[in-house]
Amino acid sequence: MKSNAIKYGISCALLIGAMLFAISIGSVSVPILDIVKVIGSEAFRLPVGDDVDPMYVSIVYEIRLPRVLLAGLVGASLAIAGAAFQGLLRNPLAEPYILGVSSGASVGAVATLFFGISLPVIGMYTLPFLSIITALTTILIVLYFARKIDRTMRVETIILTGIIFSAFLGSIISLIIALTGDELQQIIGWMLGSVSMRGFRYVGIILPFFILGSFILLMNAKELNAMSLGEERAQHLGVDVGKRKLLILIAGSILTGAAVAVSGTIGFVGLVIPHLTRKLWGPDHVHLLPLSMITGAGFLILTDLLSRTIISPQVLPVGVITALVGAPVFAIILIKQRRRS
Amino acid sequence: MLLIKNASGGYDGEEIVKNISFSVNEGEFFGILGPNGSGKTTLINMISGLLDLQQGKIEVAGRNIADYSKKELARKIAVLPQLTPQVFPYTVKEMVSLGRYAHHSGLFRSWTKEDEEIVQRVMRQTNILEFADTSVMEHSGGEQQRIFLAQALVQQPKVLLLDEPTNHLDLAYQKELLDLLRKSAKEKGLTVVAILHDLNLASLYCDRLLLMDEGEAKALENPDEVLSEELINSVFDTEVIKQAHSKIAKPQLHLMPSKKTWQAKKLWSIDETNLSFSTEQIVLHSDLPVKTISSGIVGAGIGWYKYFVNRHVDENYYCNDHRKEMRTYLKGRGFPPAQTVGMMTAIVLEDYSYGIYEGNGFSILVVVTASVGNAVDSSRAKPLVGPVAPGTINTWVFVNGSLTEEAFIQATITATEAKAQVLRDLAIQDRKTGTVATGTPTDSILIAATQQGKELDYAGTATELGALIGNAVYQEMKQAISKTLNRKKAAEQG
Repeated sequence: MKSNAIKYGISCALLIGAMLFAISIGSVSVPILDIVKVIGSEAFRLPVGDDVDPMYVSIVYEIRLPRVLLAGLVGASLAIAGAAFQGLLRNPLAEPYILGVSSGASVGAVATLFFGISLPVIGMYTLPFLSIITALTTILIVLYFARKIDRTMRVETIILTGIIFSAFLGSIISLIIALTGDELQQIIGWMLGSVSMRGFRYVGIILPFFILGSFILLMNAKELNAMSLGEERAQHLGVDVGKRKLLILIAGSILTGAAVAVSGTIGFVGLVIPHLTRKLWGPDHVHLLPLSMITGAGFLILTDLLSRTIISPQVLPVGVITALVGAPVFAIILIKQRRRS
Repeated sequence: MLLIKNASGGYDGEEIVKNISFSVNEGEFFGILGPNGSGKTTLINMISGLLDLQQGKIEVAGRNIADYSKKELARKIAVLPQLTPQVFPYTVKEMVSLGRYAHHSGLFRSWTKEDEEIVQRVMRQTNILEFADTSVMEHSGGEQQRIFLAQALVQQPKVLLLDEPTNHLDLAYQKELLDLLRKSAKEKGLTVVAILHDLNLASLYCDRLLLMDEGEAKALENPDEVLSEELINSVFDTEVIKQAHSKIAKPQLHLMPSKKTWQAKKLWSIDETNLSFSTEQIVLHSDLPVKTISSGIVGAGIGWYKYFVNRHVDENYYCNDHRKEMRTYLKGRGFPPAQTVGMMTAIVLEDYSYGIYEGNGFSILVVVTASVGNAVDSSRAKPLVGPVAPGTINTWVFVNGSLTEEAFIQATITATEAKAQVLRDLAIQDRKTGTVATGTPTDSILIAATQQGKELDYAGTATELGALIGNAVYQEMKQAISKTLNRKKAAEQG
């Protein structure tokens, strides 16, 4: 048993370190102290001191800070959603990307972007809203089909169903793109996932959904513990399974949908991070959820940093790197699972 | 505590449990029995609230379970599930603590001192405290079952439901678990409702049993009534034999394997060729075990035995633990003690007598060794003080036939009456009382039957078997005693 202070202390320190590091590094290096000064003055509405290069101010505030914040929010959203899906489906391989939820959200996002849909009242939130709706629809259909195939919902069944739906939804996206006749390169780049050149507007788009989704999940941490023993067992323990399950699926879809809307499909974050967090700090969802969130944010900030520096000045889509890390982890967990059963 | 009234239920509109009614009292250990697919698990799922009723109602503590919230119900009813593989490495304590969920209301209700105390107490009670901080996945099936029992018990339920709780547990864990449940029922008033597939365990632990067949209640009574051969044979479609537990007043059922698998290919019998004599021992070696009731030193009581040994010992034989000494003796001569009935006698073994007697469709072999040196009149006997001398009249009766238990008892009576008559006819007296003796203080008897061939229901003197035993024992004993008396006389004359 590790004390909670240590768990959260280490995780937060890593997150803050990753943020400072990522803001600092780039084609122009910004000293860490200056970053602190720029952010500090901005936060307290004070003028930046004369000793900071004005160029730094603009790099930090206009380019790197929003990028890092967005990466952090996307990473946190995907990681906590992954942790929740895994607990709910008692399946350490469940993850928004693998379950097809990300693809579902993409359909909504692509449709919104390329047909230029804008719903009244919600305006700029049309994009995340439609992504969330298609994400939720997808997860409900995937689970319905998985249950039809195999009442016990084995790990493999759920994954297979998710992959089938991903493939299907992927071709729908291709169809939309073909119909609109837009430039393919740009769309593929978006589909592979990226947090570059989005600005504070996108941070503003994801933030409310991130807060709402995370709040719902954190409120259901104990229920997730019970449900990770199986739905029947959870009901024996007094959990209102039907209601809680729906809440968790909605929250997971909100988080995934909003993340996809602002960054495209970034896979495997929701798999790798909860897995790592569970290994390090234990499976209790009361701590697993917030710790996954913090670690996920730090992880995506660092992978994004890697994506823009590894073949600089070219920028690699961040989804490529998460998949490079995530797919082997997926394989290892699958092999371990099979061995146990 | 629990009331089930005209309850019907099942899955997808199909009625699996049909119109079941019963009630379970507080502190009762209630068992549910039935073949596979008889609706036991469905019934348990209906009681635990997993499955809605199609008809009827179920009440817990006087209130319909449909009117409880999920959490309220979990504070009344807990379930010990069948073991399922664990996915996440929760520690034992985390796992047990999950049982307190139903007692936490409100979003921010935190872990209290009371919660901690209950968890600690239950972990101690279920013997899992020592590994509270280890991962559940590391533990054996028996330990995991205890962990989940602890999880159910920290719910502090009034009713505990169990679905085949002893599945996958080895013998010691089965007993340990059921002992613990029974203790909780009797001492803490926990109402226990358990599906059990082992009828004999159900008999030992349950106060009452519900026997289900095709979704209906076939019987609802105490174990003695429900576990009748007729009911079990018809519901389970197999042959069982009911017998009393040899140490406690509970019935036990013995499964009858198909006759083809265990019965000898052809009729066989015991005759003089199975006997061998020496100055040290008289041995009867049967090819197959025979059912025996005897008062020997080893293998006494009722059992199935292959070897029968009447061993000569010195008149002054004395041993602290004569049973152990006898077993050592038998082992040393190649007789497996578990398959042997062993007796002792102090007389010269040449003075035996035996004979084969043919009945109609059966036969008997009688072997007697006898001396009447310290004969007593049993109607005037007093307990002996000091070491008891080895038996002096040992009677063996082997029947080539199939005997009922009452026939074994009657055979014992008949043989004993014949013995008394021999002593009377030979005018052998109890020296202390001067009256006619009926036997010696340490006589042994053995009735054995091959349990195949003709079925012999009775062995009183009114029956052919009884008459034959009476005659045969009389003849052989008279001859054996005469031999001994003659030898003595010859010795006295010098």
